[in-house]
Amino acid sequence: MKPRPIGGVILRQIYLLRGSPVRLFPMITWVAIDIVLWGFITRYLNSIEGHGMNFVPTLLGAVLLWDFCTRIMQGISTAFLEDVWSHNFLNLFASPLSIAEYVAGLVATSVLTSALGLAAMLALATLVFGLDFFSMGLALVAFLGILFIFGVTLGILGTGIVLRYGPASEWLLWPIPAVLAPFAAVFYPLSTLPQWMQLIARCLPPAYVFGGMRAVLAGRPLPVHELGIGALLSVAGLVLSAWVYGRVYRHAVRTGLLARYSAEGAS
Amino acid sequence: MTTDSELPPDGVPVLAVADLQKHYGALTAVDGLSFKVGLGEIVGLLGPNGAGKTTTINMVLGLLEPSAGEVRIGGIDLRARRGAALARTNFAAVYSALPGNLTVRQNLRIFALLYDVAGVTRRIDELIEEFDLAHLADTKCGLLSSGEQTRAALAKALLNRPELLLLDEPTASLDPSAAQIVRDRIKGLAASRRCGILWTSHNMHEVEAVCDRVLFLSHGRLLLEGEPRSLPERHGVATLEDLFIRVAREPLSARHEGAA
Repeated sequence: MKPRPIGGVILRQIYLLRGSPVRLFPMITWVAIDIVLWGFITRYLNSIEGHGMNFVPTLLGAVLLWDFCTRIMQGISTAFLEDVWSHNFLNLFASPLSIAEYVAGLVATSVLTSALGLAAMLALATLVFGLDFFSMGLALVAFLGILFIFGVTLGILGTGIVLRYGPASEWLLWPIPAVLAPFAAVFYPLSTLPQWMQLIARCLPPAYVFGGMRAVLAGRPLPVHELGIGALLSVAGLVLSAWVYGRVYRHAVRTGLLARYSAEGAS
Repeated sequence: MTTDSELPPDGVPVLAVADLQKHYGALTAVDGLSFKVGLGEIVGLLGPNGAGKTTTINMVLGLLEPSAGEVRIGGIDLRARRGAALARTNFAAVYSALPGNLTVRQNLRIFALLYDVAGVTRRIDELIEEFDLAHLADTKCGLLSSGEQTRAALAKALLNRPELLLLDEPTASLDPSAAQIVRDRIKGLAASRRCGILWTSHNMHEVEAVCDRVLFLSHGRLLLEGEPRSLPERHGVATLEDLFIRVAREPLSARHEGAA
């Protein structure tokens, strides 16, 4: 992979953000709304006497981590869709840019945009609702790492769906995080789920992250073994998604979908 | 970017297409097409709508995988070394404008990076001056007139000093004066013997004025090949346009006769 073509993909997104700052708005607004909503819910729950539990770190921390994961996915998807919307596929894929360089550029772009969202969420959750996000210590690095890889995996699979089924399939992308959230056990222990949902949840890396987060916040030792399974699953998922994406791209080149989608746009 | 040392050795065509085929199930879009484009040569790829011109160009650009056959750019096998082959190529097409939500200069900078062009700023300044885009450099491409968009697309197409330049109806949206200027520039480029050009157009007067050689496609096959000024006479018609019309209608007439 050459760094300059990857830089070209990143620069395009930077120019788009700079030229139209309104693009920054949804990156910050939706996560801020989530934090505000869940912040007040935790305040209300904390005000109910008798349970002796602080919901701020468990609920608000979970919202923050899950939103980080979904922002990574949406950052990749949105950067890809910018090329769909502006009919740029022919220009891009007739250049020496390789598909690996293109995806690397999308991921790097997503890191930048997600960092903005994460910073906004952290500021709001800390300043307004008193969340001590860093109280989880070094475990936080593992949590963020696994969720980052899972977000990248979802982003690659999401863009693969559009590449395979055309610009109109864009609407299939956006509900993916909402569909996965109940299985990922973001807000409750895995044991809350019925057996069949637990089976699916055990295949999803976030379930191990949120289980680990609740253990740490409850003062129990970090479940290193469980977290290791989550990390392995996330890497396996990433490799699988890259393989699927490669197959989808080759199919698009074989069948002429690249040229067709460029002509179709979002119709 | 192509430098003198990277130009193909003498005798190696900038584009060599051999027995190229593209099938979509039972439909054959390109059927055993073979041709070459030499350094300093402008070759016209002609044919009626649906003849297989765009399919051929998409295969040469690596956007579409051939069902069979081979594409070599400067002697490099496109299938085996896609990146190296496409680094020596560029294109401008009427259906592939630069993204409208970025300025001319921003688009050129991005594509310069994608093509790994050395000395990006200097090269962009050269092209902006060459295509008279200085007053439009900071205007979003979507706000340009169609003629200005074409000039911007041509500037992008020359960023990497391509050895092979593919131009799909490059003057389709230009007024006669602007089209003349673009034709002269492209002829000058070919005359400098730094690249070979594959040109598609439905304007037969333009093809006669610009192309050294033409290839007539019909139903994915190469029907005729020759020098555009002598080809009509050889086939008993007065002009290249008459020849085009005959090529375009003949297969249909044949089908009608067959059906009758």
